[in-house]
Amino acid sequence: MYKHIMIPVDLAHVNKSEHVLAVVADLGKHYDATVTYVAITSNVPSPTAHNPEEFANKLAAFAKDEGSRRGHRTAFHCVVSNDPAVDLDNKLKAAVEEIGADLIVMATHIPNMADMLLPSHGGKLARSTDASVFLVRHR
Amino acid sequence: MSDETNNQGIPAPQGTADIIETEYEIGQDNVDGSVGPFGFDIHNPVFAISGIAIVAFVFFTLALPDQAGAIFQGMFNFTTKNFDWFLIGAADLVVIFALFLIVSPFGKIRLGGSTAQPDYTYVGWFSMLFAAGMGIGLMFYGVSEPLSHFSSSVGGTAMEGNLRTDWAPLSGALGDQAGAVRLGMAATIYHWGLHPWAIYAIVGLALALFTYNKGLPLTIRSAFYPIFGDRIWGWPGHVIDILAVFATLFGLATSLGLGATQASAGLNELFGIPMGSTTEVILISAITAIALISVLRGLDGGVKILSEINMGLAGLLALFTLIVGPTAFLFAFFWDSLKAYIEFLPALANPFGREDVNFSQGWTAFYWAWWISWSPFVGMFIARVSRGRSVREFIICVLLIPSIVCVAWMSIFGGTAIHQVITDSFTGAQSAELPRQLFQMLGELPLASITSFIGIILVIVFFVTSSDSGSLVIDTITAGGKVDAPATQRVFWCIFEGAVAIALLLGGGLAALQSMVISTGLLFTVILLGLCYCIFRGLQSERAENK
Repeated sequence: MYKHIMIPVDLAHVNKSEHVLAVVADLGKHYDATVTYVAITSNVPSPTAHNPEEFANKLAAFAKDEGSRRGHRTAFHCVVSNDPAVDLDNKLKAAVEEIGADLIVMATHIPNMADMLLPSHGGKLARSTDASVFLVRHR
Repeated sequence: MSDETNNQGIPAPQGTADIIETEYEIGQDNVDGSVGPFGFDIHNPVFAISGIAIVAFVFFTLALPDQAGAIFQGMFNFTTKNFDWFLIGAADLVVIFALFLIVSPFGKIRLGGSTAQPDYTYVGWFSMLFAAGMGIGLMFYGVSEPLSHFSSSVGGTAMEGNLRTDWAPLSGALGDQAGAVRLGMAATIYHWGLHPWAIYAIVGLALALFTYNKGLPLTIRSAFYPIFGDRIWGWPGHVIDILAVFATLFGLATSLGLGATQASAGLNELFGIPMGSTTEVILISAITAIALISVLRGLDGGVKILSEINMGLAGLLALFTLIVGPTAFLFAFFWDSLKAYIEFLPALANPFGREDVNFSQGWTAFYWAWWISWSPFVGMFIARVSRGRSVREFIICVLLIPSIVCVAWMSIFGGTAIHQVITDSFTGAQSAELPRQLFQMLGELPLASITSFIGIILVIVFFVTSSDSGSLVIDTITAGGKVDAPATQRVFWCIFEGAVAIALLLGGGLAALQSMVISTGLLFTVILLGLCYCIFRGLQSERAENK
């Protein structure tokens, strides 16, 4: 049913994302779909890496590791943004189109007041892309 | 490119560069969590100390405006009278150092490693440099500063006891109109040319070098690694970053205050809206609200677009004034002003034994403190958009080109106003209050209501870009160099910039703003001189690595 699943990941917090990572791997195996791990970085040093190329290498290693650990087909897509705190939604939308994903799986928080000022990323993606969006609540 | 990675977050850039090995992990001192629904990721203790001090400052100024006003005035007088030589001399040293970097072999070193590519085109880069670097100041002083120096110079000197009481630069030019014009323009260009841009360039270069080449977090403290080593992650670094936040906030608030008074003067000229603190407070609040939208749209979607629009509008306004104004006169005026600048520069930049105390203390020392207080903000902003440029390209583009554009701007706007005084005997702009002078000058040209309206729009948009990029920068410093901290933090700083501007305007007006600028600027001057040394050391090791 789905051929290409995209999951946005934050490499600095993958240890807190076990649940959603397990979900996406299950879906990948179930539909025999490729799971593309998408991550966004800036061009200044960050806790994860200190330039975009090194960040991409880390992401590639992460995707490969997930695939061999959970047994699904993986790929990775690295996005560079000058202002990742704000650009996230637009960059994710562009990534969906670029890699041709038909399902997006992403972790999400319980809705709260702050969403009125800064709407949730999942909600925004659902409004702006053709792909199906599966929001997974943090456990 | 290096494929080497480790978990410390501080590995190698593109191509050859000299990485500083440190155990420090970016964000390791940060506290993250949430207040109600809003997430945060802030540096401890930089955020807390600067935040609490500024909130306390706003409350004190609003609760006791009279006492606060007296304290501000006292601080302003003390600093400008006793430390003018230090500010003037420090700025000279920075210019010399920047010019040295252009011609030295260090010029070849590329920011971000030897194979790094620039992230922004020249147009986008320049627009942001300008909008962040001068913006409102160019609008506020473009007409008024050349006119002020011209008027005070032609008035000659006046003595009371053995102290000069006039505001003329150097020895003035009593009764000599042509001489006064040259001296006035030289003094103006001195304040808007090489010196301020050299200050910005040095801070920007220090940040870019230590972030992109040395792999340290994007905060001012990182540049001090050659002096303090790993102690930079402790209190010496905290103090530097907190000072940078103060300087940025007060420097910005001053510009926002100037912008508000000028926009309100423009609205008064154009629509008869009454001037005064109520209008200014409403203006600051409304423009801060617009800035919030821009803040939430980010660097590329907010500041960059607004900066480009504004550069386009400012260019059109300057071109219009050049064409409908005294065109031939202005072309000659540009060259004459440039020549006068070179001729008077050594005397104007002399830090010791100045007789023109009002000018050198009230104008020059204030300006230098103002530019210096802006430098962490503009410098960090420049650094953030300058990856991939070589040191030589960086300094030429940040020092020489903006200086020439400023000379052109001042020549067009100041020249037209001076021409109106000399040739047309129109003294409307000359005798008006400072914020009104631009609009009085435009009023004498065709399509006055349209150009004045564009003038107001420019002030407002420059206001927005300053407030927006300022929030971005303060947020990065107070988040320990992280650029992906929750956007709500920028909202906090954006609102506080507006609040500080309002508090200072109500608690003593522009004098209050200026005295806070000069006090924080003076402290930051020490840091600026330290940065020159650190850049030198950083470039030395970079060059050794490249050999």
